[in-house]
Amino acid sequence: MVEKGTFRVKSGLAEMLKGGVIMDVTTADQARIAEKAGSVAVMALERVPADIRAHGGVARMADPARVKEIMKAVSIPVMAKARIGHFVEAQILQALEVDYVDESEVLTPADPRFHIDKWAFTVPFVCGARDLGEACRRIAEGAAMIRTKGEPGTGNVIEAVKHMRLMNEQIRAVLAAPAEELVRLGKEMGAPHDVLLAIRETGRLPVVNFAAGGIATPADAALMMQLGCDGIFVGSGIFKSGDPERRARAIVQATTHYNDPKVLAEVSAALGEPMVGIAIEEIPPHEMMQVR
Amino acid sequence: MEIGVLGLQGAVREHLKSLSLLGVDAVAVKKAADLSPISGLVFPGGESTAIALLCSGGMLDELRRRARAGFPFFGTCAGMILLAKEIEGHDEAYIPAIDIAVARNASGRQVESFETSLDVEGIGNDVPAVFIRAPYIRRVGKGVTVLARHAGIPVAARQGNVLVTSFHPELTDDLRVHRHFVSMVEASSRKEVSA
Repeated sequence: MVEKGTFRVKSGLAEMLKGGVIMDVTTADQARIAEKAGSVAVMALERVPADIRAHGGVARMADPARVKEIMKAVSIPVMAKARIGHFVEAQILQALEVDYVDESEVLTPADPRFHIDKWAFTVPFVCGARDLGEACRRIAEGAAMIRTKGEPGTGNVIEAVKHMRLMNEQIRAVLAAPAEELVRLGKEMGAPHDVLLAIRETGRLPVVNFAAGGIATPADAALMMQLGCDGIFVGSGIFKSGDPERRARAIVQATTHYNDPKVLAEVSAALGEPMVGIAIEEIPPHEMMQVR
Repeated sequence: MEIGVLGLQGAVREHLKSLSLLGVDAVAVKKAADLSPISGLVFPGGESTAIALLCSGGMLDELRRRARAGFPFFGTCAGMILLAKEIEGHDEAYIPAIDIAVARNASGRQVESFETSLDVEGIGNDVPAVFIRAPYIRRVGKGVTVLARHAGIPVAARQGNVLVTSFHPELTDDLRVHRHFVSMVEASSRKEVSA
């Protein structure tokens, strides 16, 4: 018997991406640069988060023609973003045979209350989370991979750090809690009970957890890896910098050798201008993407 | 006895766990210096292009030297690509250790990824096999034994001390494929000692 789209097959691809960097790309050329730099996958989208932030308006799934171009340009997995709750965008991306769908807060949400029922799909999904409750709810909906949200398009790592630390702290609490406190803990965190049980069984989140949202330098990538994430998403940080090729290679090296400050010092040198960052306090509350 | 898992990128943790469950000292290997204590090396699944880029310089030279010397290697998925003598669409092999030609992503994109169970020669029947954007073996040279096929296509093979699978035994609880590799490493170490 041959079974496609099982949870093991879906989460299995994410397991294969561990220790790697996934880069946002908007053109076939950028995708080729990312692949050559050692990226484990690319995220195809119309505009990088920094531009979405700058231009405003409604941000939607990328043009299928663009996604196809990118899929043709590289041999590594291609991911693409659908709006939160927009299951038809996800159906279209599945029909295009992208390798992962990112149900993403970077795009303008399509449903104010519900996320996509991801169990209904063969293609796997990655979703963002700011805390353990959010991660567990997405996993309960069928997400096969999680990424901490951070604050996309800022080049500012503080929110990614905040979310990763909070998730680690909450996982420790779940592991330490006596059995009789678990249901209450789940209620407080907004986390479905069965996912908490899975965490207690494996000692960690039952799916891979990457860091995202504000990573702009090799040191940022290594910081997130040392905090315990499984890999790195870089959105605007590469193609909004002065020398994307060098920076892409450096962030890949830093993600692998995150525990070796000598290598980090080497790869961080003379990379040219990083993307211009934004202080979180300067962002009006209604423009924060992470709360979506 | 220590067995290494190439720890640059990919399903490193899963291989370390499978080996540990078999009572082996399993260590992640990132640099050429990490290779000295180990008696065998696992090349995990991951992205072969990324792993190949990360595995350069002294590390690559040392792995190629060990390949020529018949050092025990086990490659799953991307690991199989790294160890193949020939890769379709590529001019050069990475660490040619087994005389096979492989095609990357031959099983298709992720929506075509699947799981099944296979009879694997010398290892057992109904071995659970998870194929993820898997490479297939297109040609096997003399001296290579095909250990398993899926739909007629070779998906596991062995030549001397080198074992490769298109699929991911490390994503399952079934330890038979890893046990087989551990016994290959043990046999090779015994030979070394008696020589």
